[in-house]
Amino acid sequence: MPVKASLRSKVSRQRYLLMMVAPSLIFVAVFSYLPIWGMLIAFFDYNPGLGFAGSKFVGLRYFKEFLGTSDFLLLMRNTVAISSLNIACGTVFPVAFAILINELFVPRMRKLTQTISYLPHFISYVVVANIATTMLSPDGGAINRLLLGLGVIQKPIFFLAIPQGFWFLISAINVWKETGWAAIIYIASIANIDPQLYEAATVDGAGRMRRIWHITLPGILPTIIVLTIMALPDLLNAGFDPSYLLGNPIVSDFSRVLDTHIYAVGIQQGRYPLATAVGLMRMGVSLVLILSANSWARRVSEYSLF
Amino acid sequence: MSKIRKRPAEWAFDIANLLLMTLVIVATLFPFLHIAAVSLNEARDAAAGGIGIFPRVWSFDSYITVFKYNDIFDAFLVSAARTVAGTALSLFFTSMVAYSMTKKELIGYKHIYRFYVISMFIAGGTIPTFFIYQWLHIYNTFWVYVLPGMFSVYNMILMRTFILQLPKELEESALLDGANEIRIFLRLILPLSKPILATIGLFVAVSQWNSWQDTLFFTNNPDLETLQYVLMKVMRQTEATAMTKRARMSMSQMRTISITPESVKMAITIVSTVPILCVYPFVQRYFVKGMMIGAVKG
Repeated sequence: MPVKASLRSKVSRQRYLLMMVAPSLIFVAVFSYLPIWGMLIAFFDYNPGLGFAGSKFVGLRYFKEFLGTSDFLLLMRNTVAISSLNIACGTVFPVAFAILINELFVPRMRKLTQTISYLPHFISYVVVANIATTMLSPDGGAINRLLLGLGVIQKPIFFLAIPQGFWFLISAINVWKETGWAAIIYIASIANIDPQLYEAATVDGAGRMRRIWHITLPGILPTIIVLTIMALPDLLNAGFDPSYLLGNPIVSDFSRVLDTHIYAVGIQQGRYPLATAVGLMRMGVSLVLILSANSWARRVSEYSLF
Repeated sequence: MSKIRKRPAEWAFDIANLLLMTLVIVATLFPFLHIAAVSLNEARDAAAGGIGIFPRVWSFDSYITVFKYNDIFDAFLVSAARTVAGTALSLFFTSMVAYSMTKKELIGYKHIYRFYVISMFIAGGTIPTFFIYQWLHIYNTFWVYVLPGMFSVYNMILMRTFILQLPKELEESALLDGANEIRIFLRLILPLSKPILATIGLFVAVSQWNSWQDTLFFTNNPDLETLQYVLMKVMRQTEATAMTKRARMSMSQMRTISITPESVKMAITIVSTVPILCVYPFVQRYFVKGMMIGAVKG
């Protein structure tokens, strides 16, 4: 058979390439695809010692259990609130920062501000949480000292113990940590705008604000739209670190999210099927969001993921 | 633009902008300087508060305590080991695949590519992963830090984009000389790929150094604790004690010795941040470059 023969000769010709690729295929199968199959745990009274064959199939019991608890609505509310605040602030602040950096008239200052601004991106969240608790401490924390000194407040505020403030605190910390980094892409996008547009506008008598409003913003609008759409699949992903590291019993009704719930139920209590059911539901929602975000992005621009 | 004279309103904007950006710099740097100052200050004196960005009464006691305390030093070594091993293995493995994937004639190329890309958008979640680590016998071993990060599809695609831009002629002449692909990869592609290896290596190294969730989820052996994890533990302990009034009394009793949990916490924070601060000025342009390649490719 000529087809087989040609395949065999192709394999032998490509044997070194295949040797280099094969380990990664096994790797991806084991670390990415096998866990998907493992999510079947959610449908069984899973006994780790016996595997699926020795465990009882219980259908949707654990999904119903999770949906039935009062925790469900609370967890969803906190997760969506924190992640949408992050998406909103993660767009508005970097865009504003990029525009202001671009308008700086001292070039050296432009570079310095930018270089320093993305430093916090590379610091672990443990250190960031530590910085936050220190700065926000009611016992002589720098922020309380500043506010007291300015006469804005009369006595120190225990910021991390205000339940309703937790979402905003997390997103403020996120702004501090990520704004500079996220601005890079907008700064690059502004640099691509045709300088002749600005010159023409200046000749026509347009002031700074009008140039920003009529040239810079429209120029980077496609980037803004695409990045925002692409951030939407993270709607059910509020992150584990902020809630775990900065949450405390006083604010727990506002700090607990899906990630910390999966950890508490799954790893700490060992209720594997229940925790997996939560993860599976979240993955389902994320997949729908990714697919719709992708086709949406493709419609508003040429940009899409796949 | 500069030829046209600025109006007063423009000057006001420029000055306000300059002040605002200065404020951004201060707000970014102040916390680091403040924590460094507190960690270098005598602990009892620091507890009285009021320290800015300079220590009032110098003392290295907190750092001496940190390094005398074997657990913390061991954690430092674990962090260093996982950073070095994880980065080296990940770079080698990922670049090997990236090179192979520049060959479109590879058998099943399209399917293989799709197989990789889809894996970026699915995640089995914590619990199935937990069981797979147990099944692989890497749960609660050092390998749980290194093995799962050994191959990254995203980094592979970045690297592949870079290799595709290299001149084809070099490789063709090597092939004519009878070199096989493994040899070409090791002798030709790797040396030519230094810039992208630096970029990706730095991303991997930073994420290895900063990682702590895997310690929490997938180990329970004190010997495997990393620096970030120890810092997390110390932080949660001091937070928990600060929450109760009774503990506050015991904290004030501690003021008779020259360290406090707070000062030790600050010292660990600095020890776990300094490696990144040291390399940062030299490598930040690579990070930016990497971010841009990623964005263009997206």
